[in-house]
Amino acid sequence: MTASSAPLLEVEGLRKYFPLNDGWFSNSGRQVHAVDGVSFSIGYGETLGLVGESGCGKSTVGKVTLKLTDPTAGKIRLRGKDITGLSRGQMRHHRRDMQVIFQDPYSSLNPRMAAGDIVAEPLVNFNVAPRKEIPEQVAELFQRVGLRPEQASRYPHEFSGGQRQRLGIARALALRPSLILGDEPVSALDVSVQAQVINLLVDLQKEFNLSYLFIAHDLAVVQHISHRVAVMYLGKIVELADTKALFGNPLHPYTEALLAAVPKPVPVGRGAKRKRIILQGDVPSPVTPPSGCRFRTRCPHAFDQCKVEEPAFREIEPGHWAACHLRSPASKAGGMANPAVGEPSPTANG
Amino acid sequence: MTISSAGMQDAGPVAVETAEPVLRVRDLQTHFFTRDAVVRAVDGVSYEVARGETLGVVGESGCGKSISALSILRLIPSPPGRIVGGEIRFHDQNLLELPMSEMRALRGNRISMIFQDPMTSLNPVMTVGAQLGEALQLHQGLSRAEAEDQAAEMLKMVRISEPERRLREYPHQLSGGMRQRVMIAMALCCKPEVLIADEPTTALDVTVQAQILELINDLREKLGTAVVMITHDLGVVAETAQRVVVMYAGRKVEEALVEDLFDNALHPYTRGLMAAIPSHAPESGDGGRLAEIPGIVPSLGAAMTGCSFAPRCAHATEVCHNEYPPLEEARSRHTVACWHWREFAGDKARP
Repeated sequence: MTASSAPLLEVEGLRKYFPLNDGWFSNSGRQVHAVDGVSFSIGYGETLGLVGESGCGKSTVGKVTLKLTDPTAGKIRLRGKDITGLSRGQMRHHRRDMQVIFQDPYSSLNPRMAAGDIVAEPLVNFNVAPRKEIPEQVAELFQRVGLRPEQASRYPHEFSGGQRQRLGIARALALRPSLILGDEPVSALDVSVQAQVINLLVDLQKEFNLSYLFIAHDLAVVQHISHRVAVMYLGKIVELADTKALFGNPLHPYTEALLAAVPKPVPVGRGAKRKRIILQGDVPSPVTPPSGCRFRTRCPHAFDQCKVEEPAFREIEPGHWAACHLRSPASKAGGMANPAVGEPSPTANG
Repeated sequence: MTISSAGMQDAGPVAVETAEPVLRVRDLQTHFFTRDAVVRAVDGVSYEVARGETLGVVGESGCGKSISALSILRLIPSPPGRIVGGEIRFHDQNLLELPMSEMRALRGNRISMIFQDPMTSLNPVMTVGAQLGEALQLHQGLSRAEAEDQAAEMLKMVRISEPERRLREYPHQLSGGMRQRVMIAMALCCKPEVLIADEPTTALDVTVQAQILELINDLREKLGTAVVMITHDLGVVAETAQRVVVMYAGRKVEEALVEDLFDNALHPYTRGLMAAIPSHAPESGDGGRLAEIPGIVPSLGAAMTGCSFAPRCAHATEVCHNEYPPLEEARSRHTVACWHWREFAGDKARP
């Protein structure tokens, strides 16, 4: 953990609802609860991993955090300053500090701009350097991300996927931001190239004391790069902890199921019988989320209380937060504790 | 063109002791003839798969794993593609010599395929029931009503709830996981002897992936289907396959039983791939470095002499740059194409 006392970014009770249009002229007032009360903080030089299945709202959290879209409710503080209500013009000043790397390097780079111009664009937009010095700075950025400066005159289609992602990283770095949002930045890359880009991100973090909000669905990648990890399900964070604690001792049944579902690169026949929790069914609709605990419809441990009462997000061990009734002091006394070693679910398979 | 002779007379697939192979691919060469160059997408690949067995085919994008699978079903777009050499034996027929009408009778019937993206491989204007029923009416000669009953049965088998309702729905009304399950039901409805799964779970979330992999495994055991599992994910291979073929730049570079491969990978590329997986790195969360394979996959259009992995390989010597290494049997049921495999075999190797 490299976080210092005052975090770089604080997000509190963030909500984002999207209106649902059922027809051309009707507006039923129904809403998609994409993000429904999310709070977290990111320290200087820290990486917070955000994981969850598709549709859980993790990308929306990223977009709202950077104010690329306005939140329905909640607060976002950057270096202690509330930026939630700022107008576009007022935000401009803060944009330099928060940059993005997108998943798809094909569609996030302008195909008609030369690579050098793509990286120079933020420098020009924000007037950070005299025009004469820009080519020099671009060359420096190219070198820093492992591209050759003479490649600056090439166009995006002339680069490979990994190189394009390096280009995206160079562009994000140009303004020396303190926070970079990575929305699935390595998921489109092959394993061998993915390792190169992950190493680059880690090196850059050390060099510039960068903070990352790292959104990904690949748990192994998140485990490798993050200091802390938050797990989202249906618009809410269900568990948040140190990477080691989260992967070593998951407290929420959903985290547990998610970890168990990842195919391990160890052949099945190996001695230790694998504990398999296969979740049945799909994620419920975020328009009409289930009552009580949102995970109860797929949870192997759900009981009556889960239906009626939404579990509070509480600190169960120091720095380890989870929202589950099984972990509340009351039910521990009732003998419901420790689902981690519970009997295998009906579909368990060794 | 100098295709090195080594690639041509390859040592052949690792023998299967359990059963007679259902499908045998031998020295397959699929090339694409573009204006600028001949792209040798598959360049002398051999593998085989037996009844009730899962063969994993791994490699990065562009290594030819999908093209080899499409070649089996002769679905290569032509022009520009053409199968220029080799043989694909299904039982004792060479599929490459079959007339198209007989090929059509085979596809989706005795050999079927699951594609990566279920949205683009399902017909958006046909209901699920109509698509599933079509194959049954065509291949099994069922009546429309019988086909519908059978289709509902299949949906139940792939654990789709309320199958009767789903039959009347269109693909866009289903979730990604459900669509993939419809694809699997479609691929399995004629009880094929060979199932080719091309990245069947890549587009899906891990929890759904686990469901789908379990399903394919169950069906393989129940129906004795031979499965060719094409994937870039070594985790998926470890969980599903008994034997693995590793491909690089259009060729097979290593083949072994799954446990042997994970314990004693001999090819530097296979070893590099395994080291590059984050979960294999010793420390995590503390910025530990991953082992990277420098550089990128070579373009298959360029003429190449020597080992195609040599430009990225830390162990490459002069011979690697000049001559393609032959596939050698390093030990029983483990073949590798590398000039230097003996150096990696260490004391574990026993000829």
